[in-house]
Amino acid sequence: MTTQALAQVLASGLLMGLIYALIAVGLSLIFGLMDVVNFAHGEFLMIAMYATFGLVLATQLDPVVLMPLVAALLFALGGASYLGVVRFAMRAKANQGMVQIFATFGLAILLQGVAQYLFTPDYRNVQNTWLGGRTLEVGGVFLPWPQIFGAVVSLAAFGGLHLLMSRTDFGRALEATREDQGAVALVGIDRNRVFALGWGLGAALVGLAGAVLAVFYYIHPQVGASFALIAYVTVALGGFGSVAGALVAGVIVGLVEAFTAVILPPALKSVGVYALYLAVVFVRPQGLFGRL
Amino acid sequence: MTSTTLPAPAAVPATASAARAFAAKRRRTLLVGLVVFAGMAALPYLVRDVYLQNVLILTVMYAALSQSWNILGGYCGQISLGHALYFGLGAYFTSVLFVTYGVVPWGGMLAGGLASAGVALLLGWPCFRLAGHYFSIATIVIAEIGLLLVHNWDFVGGAMGIQWPFNPDSWWTLQFARDKVPYFHFALGLFVAVWFVTYLIEDSRWGYWWRAVKDDAQAAESLGVEVFRSKMAAAAVSAFFTAIGGGFYAAYVSYIDPESVMSFRFSLLFALPAVLGGIGTLWGALVGAAILIPLTEISRSYLGGTGSGLDLILYGLLVMLVALARPEGVLSLFKRTRTARNQEAAP
Amino acid sequence: MTEIILEAERVTLRFGGLVANADVSLAVRRGEILGLIGPNGAGKSTLFNLISGTYRPTSGRILLEGQDITGLPAPERCRRGIARTFQVPRSFDSMNVVENVIVGGFVRHPRAAEARAAALATLDVVGLAHRADAVAGELTPPEKRRLEVARALATEPRLLLLDEVLTGLTPSEAKAGVELIRRVAERGVTVIMVEHVMEVVMPLVDRAVVLHLGRVLAEGRPADVVRDEAVIAAYLGERRRAA
Repeated sequence: MTTQALAQVLASGLLMGLIYALIAVGLSLIFGLMDVVNFAHGEFLMIAMYATFGLVLATQLDPVVLMPLVAALLFALGGASYLGVVRFAMRAKANQGMVQIFATFGLAILLQGVAQYLFTPDYRNVQNTWLGGRTLEVGGVFLPWPQIFGAVVSLAAFGGLHLLMSRTDFGRALEATREDQGAVALVGIDRNRVFALGWGLGAALVGLAGAVLAVFYYIHPQVGASFALIAYVTVALGGFGSVAGALVAGVIVGLVEAFTAVILPPALKSVGVYALYLAVVFVRPQGLFGRL
Repeated sequence: MTSTTLPAPAAVPATASAARAFAAKRRRTLLVGLVVFAGMAALPYLVRDVYLQNVLILTVMYAALSQSWNILGGYCGQISLGHALYFGLGAYFTSVLFVTYGVVPWGGMLAGGLASAGVALLLGWPCFRLAGHYFSIATIVIAEIGLLLVHNWDFVGGAMGIQWPFNPDSWWTLQFARDKVPYFHFALGLFVAVWFVTYLIEDSRWGYWWRAVKDDAQAAESLGVEVFRSKMAAAAVSAFFTAIGGGFYAAYVSYIDPESVMSFRFSLLFALPAVLGGIGTLWGALVGAAILIPLTEISRSYLGGTGSGLDLILYGLLVMLVALARPEGVLSLFKRTRTARNQEAAP
Repeated sequence: MTEIILEAERVTLRFGGLVANADVSLAVRRGEILGLIGPNGAGKSTLFNLISGTYRPTSGRILLEGQDITGLPAPERCRRGIARTFQVPRSFDSMNVVENVIVGGFVRHPRAAEARAAALATLDVVGLAHRADAVAGELTPPEKRRLEVARALATEPRLLLLDEVLTGLTPSEAKAGVELIRRVAERGVTVIMVEHVMEVVMPLVDRAVVLHLGRVLAEGRPADVVRDEAVIAAYLGERRRAA
C-alpha cells in the first residue's frame, strides 16, 4: 500500500468515524442518563434524513441552512418519545429490561411505517446541494466535502455538548441525574423533565447527523437499521453512557471499517468493526471507557 | 463427609396433599395440551382457503420458533436478538445437504440442529459473561457477521441463494406442491415437540435453575445453581429447535438466500410472540403468534400491498402497546382474573 | 470430626483502595449460634460474601471442616453445606413461594418430585406452608425474610449464614424469628447471624464477634462483649456520627 493510499484510507476513515461518533453520542447520552437503550435510535436518524429531504423539497433551501430546523424537529421527537412511550416503559414492575427493548422496538417499527406512508419505500436523495458531489484534493488524497462538513459538525457538536454539560444548569442537572437518580428527587429536580430534555438532546444530536448524512447517502425507510447497529457497537465499545468514549470509539470504528474495506471485499467492511466489538467486550465487558 | 443435618421429614399430610395437587395440575396441563393440539390438527381441513392456510402454517411455525427462543430468552432470561443465526444455520444445512448432496431434509434438519447447538455452546462461552444490553447487542452483532459471511460464501450460493429442485409430493423430501396441509402438520409437530420438551423441563432441575438465573443470578448461585452451565444448556436446546424450524422454512418456501433467512427481523419475530403472549410460559408463544402473525400477514396483504406502511404502523403500535400495557404478556390477563376470582371465593 | 466447622485465616478483601475486611480470623464451633455484630460498614455482609463464595479474598484462607474452600465457587460451597440469606431479600419474583424453595431443594434432591416434597416440608418448618402457591413478589416483608430462610434451609446446610433476618420486624415477628432460629440450631445446624442491633441477638447467641472497620474488635460471651470498652466506643462513635 502506497503512502498516498494509506493517507486516503486514514482520512476517509477519520471523517466517517467522526460522523459515526455524532450518530452514536445521543444513544450513549440517553443510556448514561437513565439506563435505557433506545432501539429506535436508527429510526431517529432515518426520520432526520427524511426531514431534511422534505424540508429541502418544501423550501428549496440548502440542507446546511436547514440543519438547525432538523435538529429542533428531532428534539421534539425525542422528547415526545420519552413522554409518550419510554416514561411508561420505566414504570413496568415486571420484565423491565424486556419492556424497554420491545417498547422502543415498537416505536422503531412505527416510525418506519410512518416514513413509508409519507414518502413510499422508494430510495430518495437530496439533490442540488451546495456540498453535493464536490471533493477536496490534498496531496492526491480526495476528500468529499459532505464528509468534511459532517466531521466539522460532529466536532462542533461534541464541543457544544461539553460546554452544555459543564457550564449550564441543565447540564448540571443532567450530570446529577446520571450520578444518582435517587438524590435528584431530594434536590428537587424534576426527573421527568430532565429525562425528556435528555431524550430531546440525544435525538437532536442524531438529527444533526441525519441532516449531514442526507446530503451524501440514499434515504429509505430501512436506512436507520444499518447505522443503528454501528451506533450500538460504537456506544458499547466506548462504554454505555460515556460521551468522550463515543467520540473515540466512533473514530476507531470509522478507521477499522476503512481498513477492513481494503483487506476484505467491500461488502464485508462491517465485519472488521463487529469483530473488534466482540474482541473488546469479551476482554473488557464494560467497553473501553465504561463503568460497570 | 458427614451426612447433612436436615433429613427430609416424613411427609406431613398437608405437604402430601400439596404434592398431589401439583401432580394433578401437571396432568391437567398435559390433557389441555392434547385437546388443543388435536383441535389444531383439524384446522386446515376447516380452512380450505390457500391464503389462510399459509397464514396458519406461518402462525404455527412462528409459535414453534418463538417457544424455542422462549427457552433461552423467557425461561433463562438471556434476551437473544440473534436467533436468526440458528434459523439460518438450519435453513442452510438442510438446503445444502439436500440440493448438493441429496440428503433428505430430515437428516439436514437434524444435522443443522446439532450444529446450531454446538455453535450456541461455542458462542455462549464468551457471550454469557456479558450482562444485559451488552449481551443482547453481542447476539445482534454475531448474527450480522454470520449473515455477511454467508452472503459472501459462494459454496452456499452467496447472495444468489439456493433453489430447491421440484420433486413430486412426498413426506420423505418434505415437498408438497399441490396441497400445503402436510406443511401445517409438520409445523404443528415441531411446535408440539418444543412444547412438550418445555413442559418436561419446567418441572425439572434445569427448569427451576433457568428461572432462578433469570430472576437473580447471584442469589441462585448461593443456592447451588450452576449459572453458566444453566445458560449454556438453555442456549443449546433453544438453538437446536430454532435450526429445525429454519430447515422446515427452507423446505416450505423452496428457496433461500441470506436475507430471507438470516436478517435481523427474524430474530425480532422469534422474540415478539413470546413477549406478547407471556415470556417463560408454556402457552405464551402460541397465544402471541396467534395474535401477531395473522394480524401482520393480513394487514400486510390488505394495507401494505402497495408498500404504504400502514401495516408497519399498526404492527409497531401493537408491539408498543403490548410491551407497555401488559409487561407479563397477554396470558397474565387470564391469570389475574383467576386469582381475583379465587380471592373473592375465599371467606 | 473436628469441633471447628469453619475457620477464616487472616482474610483480607480490598476493593481498589478500600479495605472491606482486614486480617479477619475467626473460628466457628460446630453447633453454636455465633453473632456477628458491629456498626454499619463494619464488613459483616462482606465477610458473609467471602464465606459463601460471592467474593474471593485478596489474601487469607477459608476452611470448612479443615478443607480449604477459598478458591471454590459459590454453588460448590452450597453443596458442601454452606447456605446464606441476603440482607435485602432476593426472592425469585417470577416464581411462586414453593418454587423458590425447590431451587434450594435440588442441592440434595436431583429429582423434582423429591425436591418439591423437601421444599414443602421446609415451608412447614418456617411457617410459610399456607403461602406455598403465592407469587414470591407479593409476599409481605416479614414473609420474604421467612422465604429467604426457607430457601437456605432447603439446601440442608451444616452452616447457615443469616444476614439481618430479624431487622425491621415488629417485636412479635422478631420473637417468632428467634424461635425459628432456635429450632434450626436444635437440629444441629451451625448458625452465624449478622445483626446490626445487639439487643435482639444477645439472648440468642452463644458467642459474639464484633467487627469494626473491617477488623475483629472483640470476641466472647455476649454479656462480656457488650461491656467491652472498645465495643462501646465503636457503637458510641457511630451514634455520634449519626447525630
